[in-house]
Amino acid sequence: MTVTADRTASRPGGVLSDSLVVTWRTLKRIPRIPELALFAILQSIMFVLLFAYVFGGAIQIEGGAQAYREFLMPGIFAQTIAFASATVAIGVTDDMAKGIVDRFRSLPMARSAYLTGRTVSEIIYQAGILVVLMLTGLAVGWRVRGGFVDFLLGVGLLLLFTYAMAWIGVWLGQLVRTVEVGQQVSFTVVFPITFVSNVFVPPDSLPAVLQPIAEWNPVSTLASATRDLWGNPNPYVSADGFPAQHPALLTVLWMVAIIAVFAPLGVARYRRTSR
Amino acid sequence: MPAIITEGLTKVYGSSSGEVRALDGLDLQLEQGTVLGLLGPNGAGKTTTVRVLATLLRPDAGWARVLGLDVVRDAQALRHRIGLSGQYAAVDENLTGRENLWMFARLYQMPSSTAHQRAGELLEQFDLVEAGDRVAKTYSGGMRRRLDLASALIGRPELLFLDEPTTGLDPRSRLQMWQVIRELVSAGSTLLLTTQYLEEADELADTIGVVDHGRIIASGTADQLKAQVGGERVEVVVRDPDRLAAARDVVAGLCDGEISVQEHVRRVTAPTRGGAGQLVRVIRALDDAGIGIDDIGLRRPTLDDVFLSLTGHSAQQTPDDEPDEPDTETPIPAGRNA
Repeated sequence: MTVTADRTASRPGGVLSDSLVVTWRTLKRIPRIPELALFAILQSIMFVLLFAYVFGGAIQIEGGAQAYREFLMPGIFAQTIAFASATVAIGVTDDMAKGIVDRFRSLPMARSAYLTGRTVSEIIYQAGILVVLMLTGLAVGWRVRGGFVDFLLGVGLLLLFTYAMAWIGVWLGQLVRTVEVGQQVSFTVVFPITFVSNVFVPPDSLPAVLQPIAEWNPVSTLASATRDLWGNPNPYVSADGFPAQHPALLTVLWMVAIIAVFAPLGVARYRRTSR
Repeated sequence: MPAIITEGLTKVYGSSSGEVRALDGLDLQLEQGTVLGLLGPNGAGKTTTVRVLATLLRPDAGWARVLGLDVVRDAQALRHRIGLSGQYAAVDENLTGRENLWMFARLYQMPSSTAHQRAGELLEQFDLVEAGDRVAKTYSGGMRRRLDLASALIGRPELLFLDEPTTGLDPRSRLQMWQVIRELVSAGSTLLLTTQYLEEADELADTIGVVDHGRIIASGTADQLKAQVGGERVEVVVRDPDRLAAARDVVAGLCDGEISVQEHVRRVTAPTRGGAGQLVRVIRALDDAGIGIDDIGLRRPTLDDVFLSLTGHSAQQTPDDEPDEPDTETPIPAGRNA
């Protein structure tokens, strides 16, 4: 009896290789269901086109249409990444509803591997989407005007933020029972967060009650931070207040806070096998 | 040492309409190398039992030792030695059959090359070689179950749990599945299977545990259970549905014991000890009463009779007051019950 106990996957090598297997499995579904990635990208491109060419004319920022597009793109990146929470939530709900999670639970694999694999694969997935969106951005006139290191720092912030969002998704995905409900919940939560922000419009154009929310909103601070790093127009840098002055710092604090809250919640929920 | 031994297993789910005792002091025992069939209607507690024994669920009270290991304390060690297949433990429909098996083998901690080899062996064994490189989404219900069963066998488990292995399958796939399971049994596997189908338990299990309301209400071999409800039955199918009540009265006059009437099939069934002589008497009496007969015969009791006499309700129907397994426990696997 004790011999088998030694084979348990609690050793570090087991955790790593099990997580990699789950990551592999999660990424495999992308080419198998290409519609998922396709529509995620099309949705973001639609926002780019809508705001760059349809609503953009009505939104006044210094420098005109070209400046607005440069302002817009980092916002679109931040918005797209906020939706990583929805992608992960829907995937987790689907796995639970279809019994894959129970299969994993019945295997002698590392307990943490499913959640680790799920969240890490989301970073890789969103990185791919980001590449496509950046090419779209270049096509509509977005440019990176900062240095290469600053560019990488911006990308790093976006991907770390993906990771934080993925943990929200892990928790959310375990709360709901069907994919349809998961979809509704995710979009009902994520859409307002990305709209009450500086993604599409300068926050001072919002009603006064919403302005503080838009300023402190992590999607806003992420968009501001990347705009600063990439030398894209950011009309609020001159504004007073902590969020306008330290967007990158605030973004990092947000990410730490989100992971600190949602990772334990998600893990606890997953471990509670006595659901 | 028995493969499974449990005592007083209890699992209670809280719900808005009060609590549901999914398991209510369940005691069972399974010897190595034998097959135990848990038989009961939906919501009886069969799946909850499997989930507890396969380490997916902690019992609220009582204990269970599987292969000598405690299902709670030694869960991770136990997972190396059991296999689970059924309505809950599924395969990944976006992976091919081969990829699924490779993945599960890796998660059983096999090195990649061994995992490839094992996947190949199992595809061969379960007649899935041709379909092996297609995504599981494209599989028929029967193929998917075979892949599911193959996944459960990856780690060469000493004990296998099959939770409703043929629910939702068409009759041909069911017979195929039975064949596969019989092969496992003749190779000496120890197996616990749950089913709502009486003939399935009769067909595959050495001993049968009848489960109702989270308890084992009777157990034994199929023959022992049948003996418990007495001997043969006389069964009459009446031609004219309007004469069903009259036929019942005629039969009641000749036989003792509980008489059951199934209106939709115009059938009257009653226990009898009189053998062929009794059958002749029933035929005569029905003829004298001018009741037309489509079919009549003596038959040995089925497990359905067993269930009826033990619980007062048929195994196929769930009384209205009995909740199904709580919703949180039964996400209907999309596309798997079709």
